[in-house]
Amino acid sequence: MTKREHTKPKVLFVSMLLTLTIALGGCAGDKADGDSTQNATVSTDESSESAQTQAQTEAQPTTDDADSQITIGIPQDLNSLDPNLANGSGTQEILFNIYEGLYKPDSDGNLNPAVASGYTMSEDGLVYTFTLRDGIKFHNGNPVTVADVKYSIEKCAGLNGGEPVISAFSNIASVETPDDKTIVVTLKEASSVFIAICATIEAAIVPADVADLETNPVGTGPYKFVSRSLQENVVLERFDDYWGEPAHIKTVNLKVLADADAIVMNLEGGAVDMVARVTTAQATELGDNFNILEGTMNLVQGMYLNNDVEPFDNELVRQALSYAVNKQEILDFVSDGKGTPVGSSMFPTFGKYYMEELNDVYATDVEKAKELLAEAGYADGFEFTAKVPSNYQQHIDTAQVLAEQYKAIGVTMNIELIEWETWLSDVYGARDFEATVVGVDASTLTAGAMLSRFQSTASNNFTNYNNPDYDAAYKNALSAEAVLDDDLATEYYKECEKILTDTAANVYIQDLCELVAISKKYAGYEFYPLYIQDFSKLYAVE
Amino acid sequence: MQIGKKYSKKKHSANLIIGLVITSTMLFLIILGFFYTPYDPTKMDSSAKLAAPSLSHLMGCDNFGRDIFSRVLKGMGNTFIIAFATVVIGVVSGIIIGAVTGYFGGWLDEVVMRINDVVFAFPSILLALVFISLFGTGKYNVVLALGIAFVPSFARIVRGEFIKYREMDYVKSARLAGVPHMRIIFVHILPNTMTVLLSSIMIGFNNAVLAEAGMSYLGIGVQPPDASLGSMLSEAQGYLFSAPNYAVFTGLMIILLVLGFSLLADGLKN
Repeated sequence: MTKREHTKPKVLFVSMLLTLTIALGGCAGDKADGDSTQNATVSTDESSESAQTQAQTEAQPTTDDADSQITIGIPQDLNSLDPNLANGSGTQEILFNIYEGLYKPDSDGNLNPAVASGYTMSEDGLVYTFTLRDGIKFHNGNPVTVADVKYSIEKCAGLNGGEPVISAFSNIASVETPDDKTIVVTLKEASSVFIAICATIEAAIVPADVADLETNPVGTGPYKFVSRSLQENVVLERFDDYWGEPAHIKTVNLKVLADADAIVMNLEGGAVDMVARVTTAQATELGDNFNILEGTMNLVQGMYLNNDVEPFDNELVRQALSYAVNKQEILDFVSDGKGTPVGSSMFPTFGKYYMEELNDVYATDVEKAKELLAEAGYADGFEFTAKVPSNYQQHIDTAQVLAEQYKAIGVTMNIELIEWETWLSDVYGARDFEATVVGVDASTLTAGAMLSRFQSTASNNFTNYNNPDYDAAYKNALSAEAVLDDDLATEYYKECEKILTDTAANVYIQDLCELVAISKKYAGYEFYPLYIQDFSKLYAVE
Repeated sequence: MQIGKKYSKKKHSANLIIGLVITSTMLFLIILGFFYTPYDPTKMDSSAKLAAPSLSHLMGCDNFGRDIFSRVLKGMGNTFIIAFATVVIGVVSGIIIGAVTGYFGGWLDEVVMRINDVVFAFPSILLALVFISLFGTGKYNVVLALGIAFVPSFARIVRGEFIKYREMDYVKSARLAGVPHMRIIFVHILPNTMTVLLSSIMIGFNNAVLAEAGMSYLGIGVQPPDASLGSMLSEAQGYLFSAPNYAVFTGLMIILLVLGFSLLADGLKN
């Protein structure tokens, strides 16, 4: 008898649990919402009904409220707080707010002076003389000295004994500091991209006397690091001694939302105020409390293939996979038709380097794909597994559509969802994969940022692409001749893109549309032509 | 007293009948799903994205325009197979461990049961998560992981029963008559533990269904585009407001599956 009484509540309990999960999710969020409204008043702006709201740019930033704050959802924890160790664009786009190089990009794609206040270049393009910005301070209160700049650049260039952190910086011959305002950098060969590299996060200027940036990140950016709990959150605070226009919002809370499904719940519940990359489906779920801003993600989403693994070492197979894909259908399913199809490792923001004509090289042709497969000896198709990061809904969705499309040519594509950290170590690091669906972005607006990784010797050539023609073309683009003649360099870069397309190095799909969901309590979000989130421009709306 | 007894008896048979009806319906649907689904469960249709329930799509369509009913049929099959395999692993290993330790006792019992306690101390989902991170995601790893996590509870139940029976006269006399230990364990004692074992199997099955749903919900069980009730529920969460039918129907199926077996277990005990 006692046993019977034991099991019945269990039944009830189980069914109640299921219903409660949903209800509780809502409750937790509401509570957080209540907390945040104390600090920021709710927007009364009801005028904007359209998804793309321009109206908010007209609203004026409030005075720098002493305790304004925003909670921003990010898809993964930062893999390092040290700018030299951070890899993965999701980490670098956040570190953009903490660290600065001698130069930094703005939202129009220009490079502006940051730690340096300007530079002059010698006529032969080998000597760059930077002037240190007056009165610039690190987050720990110490002034930035030329010694710090020398230390940072030498560390990145591998001049103080270590491996070069930035391979392009191995071009640096010496760094001199003739007086306490001037830094002279001498290059081995002239380079058209040197300043652009100086504006990347890796080339951040950091204090020479802080040993462990991983636990104690100190930079010169508009936000300083406060605290971090692993896999949970990172807290940033406005740096009041910032040299430039200070940030508006006092505290930025970065909350890790590793579960793509939790994004809508967290936004609707008020647990987070902004998520930079929501899917169109998520955007339509969100109610009136959010503005949805539309831009592009500035990356090349594709199915990246391990060119060393059978059957992807066969060009015919890779071409067949490219022919079998219907990019427009992917766009329709994944983002309601938004996004830009691409055909090589280059996205439209790059302007002169972008080759639109490559998009149609592999116009969907299932018959042709089958023929190519038969020619390659896979008439009956084959089976492979794509490892897909589980925190990016767009990539998961794309992978599902791809799997369905490949059925038509008899190819079975299995999907294995893996954690982002596992992706970084297994796929990107150890190159232990057959295929993966991700986006590859650029750290600078230089063609090399998208193309250098496909050189057979590149350390970040995670697809193991190996093509002597490509290596030669890329080398030509960097030759002394091309450095002085930009049109010639562009020609060579375009040749690289074309080789990637013709050999179907990977299945290039699209530059995803970027939908930013931001609570109507905040405004000021700016899209960058790079993979960057700039929190300093955000402000609370009265 | 008399009335109360009658009442409770009646209630139990009602449980049994309701449980039987629900479970057999679900089993029918599961078996149906193996051979026939109205649509290909992975066939995408851009014109039917998030379509509402209608005669052509009984439960509507998901964000890829896939028929939810077809996916539910397929998903229940996956969930059922995983839960079933999990319970089989748990029960078979549990019986062997529990019977041997319970029957022989002594230091073997002490050592094995302490190990058992250690495993038991971990929540089964957590234990399964550790296995998954070691061996990778996927259907078969989930079965293995959950199966191992389920062993201790069955082992404990069987052991308890064996300790009870090993001192009974019929066992003692069998032993005196020289019946081999294995025969006593499996032929003489084991059938007597069936009543208790059966209901714990039912409950174990329910826990396995929920555990599988939980694992797939977390994205480490059945991998897309294949469906399971858990992974579907996880996907449905994103459309809770625009297409509530997705989450409701999927959740309902989990509830019915679990409820049916619970009622059945409850009814069978009497």
